[in-house]
Order: sequence, then structure tokens, then C-alpha cells
Amino acid sequence: MENAALIQTKDLVKIYPMGSHELVALNNVNLDFKKGEFAGLVGPSGSGKTTLLNIVGSLDSPTRGSAIVMGKKVEELSHKQAARLRNSHIGFIFQTFNLLPVYTVFENVEFPLLLLGFSPAERKRLVMEALDWVRLADRARSRPAQLSGGESQRVAIARAIVKKPAIILADEPTANLDAENSHNVLQIMEELNQETGTTFIFATHDEKVISYLRRKITLIDGRVVRDEVMTPERQPEAKAQAQAQAQAQAKPSPGRTEQAEETGGPGGTGTRGGSGGRR
Amino acid sequence: MKILFKLALRNLLGAGLRTWLNIAVLSFAFVAIIWTQGFYRGMSRQAIQALTDAEYGGGQYWHEQYDPFNPLTLDDAHGRVPEPLQKLIEERKATAVLIIQGTLYPHGRFLPVTVRGIDPAQGVLLFPSEFLETGDGNDAEIPAIIGSRMARSTGLKVGDTVTLRWRDARGAFDARNIRIVQVMSTTVQSIDQGQIWLSLDTLRSLAGMEGEATLITLAKGTPFLEEIPGWSYKSPDVLLKDIHDLVRSKTLGATILYIILILLAMLAIFDTQVLSIFRRRKEMGTLMAMGMTRLKIIQLFTIEGALHSVLAALVAAVYGIPLLTLSARSGWAMPQAVDSYGYAIGERIFPVYSAGLVIGTTVLVMLVTTVVSFLPTRKISRLKPTDALRGRMP
Ligand SMILES: Nc1ncnc2c1ncn2[C@@H]1O[C@H](COP(=O)(O)OP(=O)(O)OP(=O)(O)O)[C@@H](O)[C@H]1O
Ligand SMILES: [Mg+2]
Repeated sequence: MENAALIQTKDLVKIYPMGSHELVALNNVNLDFKKGEFAGLVGPSGSGKTTLLNIVGSLDSPTRGSAIVMGKKVEELSHKQAARLRNSHIGFIFQTFNLLPVYTVFENVEFPLLLLGFSPAERKRLVMEALDWVRLADRARSRPAQLSGGESQRVAIARAIVKKPAIILADEPTANLDAENSHNVLQIMEELNQETGTTFIFATHDEKVISYLRRKITLIDGRVVRDEVMTPERQPEAKAQAQAQAQAQAKPSPGRTEQAEETGGPGGTGTRGGSGGRR
Repeated sequence: MKILFKLALRNLLGAGLRTWLNIAVLSFAFVAIIWTQGFYRGMSRQAIQALTDAEYGGGQYWHEQYDPFNPLTLDDAHGRVPEPLQKLIEERKATAVLIIQGTLYPHGRFLPVTVRGIDPAQGVLLFPSEFLETGDGNDAEIPAIIGSRMARSTGLKVGDTVTLRWRDARGAFDARNIRIVQVMSTTVQSIDQGQIWLSLDTLRSLAGMEGEATLITLAKGTPFLEEIPGWSYKSPDVLLKDIHDLVRSKTLGATILYIILILLAMLAIFDTQVLSIFRRRKEMGTLMAMGMTRLKIIQLFTIEGALHSVLAALVAAVYGIPLLTLSARSGWAMPQAVDSYGYAIGERIFPVYSAGLVIGTTVLVMLVTTVVSFLPTRKISRLKPTDALRGRMP
């Protein structure tokens, strides 16, 4: 298939030792992500969204199982190899923006290109292009302290996209933004996804983010309990589901989780069909 | 690597005031160390020059009994000027000095002194011996020269007459009035403090030591002649050993002060590093997420710290070069109190800087700064990207 898996996890387990007992943050996670997806990990706090995103981003390694990213097994990568993988293929967007405060907007966006050894002329061209995407070309000389939250996150998006990575991982990208800025930022990411084919994976419990997703993966206690295709038409429905999910969190029933897991498998194929349907 | 330097410089300059404070302290230490070293080097050069000109010449032959630190030896420390040296004296390549003990009675006090005889016509030493020629046969008052310190401590002025008592070769005491014909200003204390200079011939006849001397000073540049029985040769280096030692210990003393200053600057940089590594965990996490390895981050932070010394050297050059040049040109006025150091210090010291001194100091400081900057970064080698992003430190 032209859409061979960009990211694949196999029986992924992450356990944190917590003194006497163990904390299972991810429990047998099996997921595939293909090029061009706009997917989100949702679920209650502590369900393992960030942990999964970090492993997929090769920032962390699994306790058991496997995470294959761009054909590389994350668990087998050395620190240096993992860094190279992130450097060339993965962009990160954080809840707290994480811009380098002493650098200008331009320099912040330029940073990944410096690491990749681009020439000054090429750096300038790519940075301005990325800043155009996020509509901040006129703020190239500003410092992060002079930007609003929405602007900061747009700079962070430009920084993630500037090297044209295959994958962008965004952990709660809207959690520090108001509604208007959230939509603004999400629209930009949606555009980028459609124009560049970059795969976006979010970790979020923000309804606004969820309403943009084309695939929603629900995690509870480190397990994938649901994996569903979303279409723009289905978005209101998705919202309703998320709300139901939030209620379910309060008193999770084993039966419900089981049922959700069953839908998890077909969900994967559903995505494939969904993406095919969109084309 | 080039990129790391660029990034490090950006970070450093971006940190603002704290960076400049560290740089200010370090650059001051730079300039101070170089200035001090140059100052003592200049001081030692001037002292050596003055001592060589006025006292040691190109080395001395001492009567074997002579010990400048034990005045009691003076009674026996005289002998006939040996033949080869006599020849040098006649060729004006050496001059004889006779030294005996005496007592001076200025203004009713009494003061043990060393009486020295020197040839008024000598040209070996920069010494105003020609004033002693004013002895016009007036036997009543013997012309004498004293130094300015001696003049100050005895209250004697040019034209004053004072009684001098001495013991001659046979051990008999005698006394005569001497007249101060000149107060010489010299930086060399050993020919000034407690010294009375008479004409050599006069002293010889007063002491009954015709043709004798205590030491013979060679003209500058005269090579070692030969071993002469009964006399011991002292090369300029041997004669200057004390001042070399003294300058070394003074330099060391001052350098220790500046080493402390450097240590303070290093402490500040170390502290800055520790703090910045602690505060910038999340930044490090972000850098790792963008694909920097821990090693690169360690290098980045080390370079960042080490750049303090590079910037400090540049800043030091900006104000240090004019300052040091100026002080080398116009000299540094010494306070009177410094006289008590006990050796020839000029009224103005002209510091002398060498390229070796400047480069050596710079390289040393840069090296130490780099080590100090590196030490706190070792923590990073255990830092996990996820922990860093969560603002945790191992
Ligand atoms: N470094 C760690 N050491 C120990 N436990 C950890 C560590 N990181 C995460 N955990 C635990 O693993 C579980 C999953 O954490 P994770 O951060 O992935 O949750 P999340 O779904 O992102 O939650 P949130 O929505 O609050 O961000 C949590 O119980 C958390 O406390
Ligand atoms: Mg999280």
C-alpha cells in the first residue's frame, strides 16, 4: 500500500516503578499511523497520552513491546540515533510553547535548520516560508516575551514545521490558549496538514482540538479503548461522545472498556477506509 | 561546532546583565593580573638597573672576611688590592671601596654608621663621588657625601659639620669633623641608609689602611677575571639574588590576591552555570526534542560558560590596553611608605609587559573558565529528555 504505516506500535507497555509498586502508564497499545493523518489521543488525565506521544517521538523508550517510527525501532535507538530521528523527521509542539526566550522569533524558527546544517540563504527562505504559514512574517524580529500566547504557539508551529518533518507531535497545544487563539492555531495546523501531508498527532482533552480531529483514539488507564474515524460532519457527534466519555471517566465500567477495545481494532481499518473516502 | 559557538554567544548575550557582571569581574581580574605582573617586572628591572648602576656594577670581588650582614666582620675585612684588580682599577674598569665601622654624632645623638671610601675620580658606578674632591687640603673638615634618607634620619644638610669617630687598623679610636658636601638622591638604600661616603684616599689614611680595600666593583660588562686568593668573586646574579627573591615573593603575594579574584570570578561563573542549567531544564528538553544530543547540549553550555572568558578578554583589551599602555608610559608614583620594602624602588615604577605574560594569563584564565563551566554540565549527561521537558533534573 502506498500508505504504509509511518508509525506502528506493537504491544507497547510503559511501566514506571513507583517505589514498592509499579505504575502501568501504557498497557499493550497497538496503533498504526499513516502519512497525512490528523489524529488525537484523548482521554482523562493520567491515561498515558503524553507517555505514548513521547515514545512515538523517541523521547522515551517503552518498557516492553515495540514502537516503529519511520522504519526505526524506538526501543533500539541509541540516544544519538533517537536525536537524529527527531532532528530530521519529528516536530514537537508543547502546551507551554517552549520558545527559547533569548532568541528572536526568526532565530527560534531557524534553530532546527541550524542543527540540520542548512545554508544561511536556505534557512532564511524556509524560516520566512514557515512564518508566512503561521502569519507571523512581520514579527520575525520580535522576542518571545513580546508575543501573545496565540502568537507564541504559532511560532512554535512554525518551528516544528520549518524542517518539513514527516510527523508533528502536539501535546495539549491549546491548553494555554483562549478559544479564539485555539481555533486560529488549529486551523493553521489543519491547513498545514492538508497542504504538506504532514502527520499530526495530538494529545488533548480539549473539545476544540477534538472537533478538528479526523481520527480520535481514546486512552483510559494506558489502554486504547476506542479508535474512531471522524469526519467534519461527525464532529458535533464526536463532541457529544467525548462528553459521554468524560462522564464515563467518573465511574469506568469494565464492560464498557471491553466493548471499546473491540471497536479499537476495526477503528484502524475504519481510518484507512475513511482516508480513502476523503480522497 | 561553529553553530554551537554561535548559539552559545546568542544565549550568553541574551542573558544580559548577569553575563556582563561576570565579564566585568573577570576582565578586571585579567587587567589587574597583567598590570601587577608588569608592575613588579618593571619594579624589579628598575631596581636591578639602579643597583647595578650605583653599587654592583659588573660584579664584585669581596675580601674573604667581608659579610655585609655582619658589621663585626668589617674590622678584619680589608686587604691590599690584589695585582690583577689593581690593573683593572688603573684601566678604570674597576673601582675599590674601603669599608670600616664608625659612629656619627649628629645634633648630640650618636649613630653607628658604616664609613665607605670611594675614589672621587671613579667612573665605574653612577655615584656622585666627584663631590668628594672638594677636599682642598683643609684638614679640619673632611668632605663627605650622604644619601637623602640618611640626611632625613640625621637631620644633616649640605654644609653641615658633624663629628665622626672610627677605629683604625690598629684598633685605636680617633675622631674628626666631616662636612656634608652633597646629599645624593638615590633609590638604592644600601648606599644611603647608615652610610657615610668619604674619599678613598682620605679613609685609607684615617684608618691606616694604605692601598687596601674591602671590595672592588667591576665596571658593567666586565667578564669574570680569575679566582683571586683571599677574595671571593660575586657575579651580578649572586649580588642581585636578594632582589630577585624579593620581587618573586612580592609578585607571588600580589598574584595570590588576583588568583583569589579570579577564583571569585570563577565562582560566579560556576554559580551562573549551575543556576542556568537548573533553570533551563525545560529549554534543554526542548533542545533534545529538536534533535540535539546531550553531548551537544553539554558542549553548548560549556562553550557558553567559557565564552565569558573570551568576552572578558575582549572587554579587558578594550579598556586594558590603553590603561596599561598609559601606565607603562607615565609610570606609577610610589608612595613614600613603600621605601620600607628595603630595596631600590624608584619614585615612579614603569610597568613592563611582555607578550608571554599577556598570552599566558589569557590562556590560563580561558582554560580555568572552561573547566569551571564544564563541571556543572556533567549533570546533563544523566538527563532524560522527558524529565527535562517536565522541568526535572536528575
Ligand atoms: N516520569 C514518570 N515517572 C513516574 N510516573 C510517570 C512519569 N511520567 C508519567 N507518569 C505517570 O504515568 C501516567 C500517565 O502519564 P501521562 O503524562 O502520560 O498522562 P496524560 O494522559 O498525558 O495526562 P494529562 O492529561 O494529565 O497530561 C500518570 O499516572 C503519570 O503520573
Ligand atoms: Mg499529558
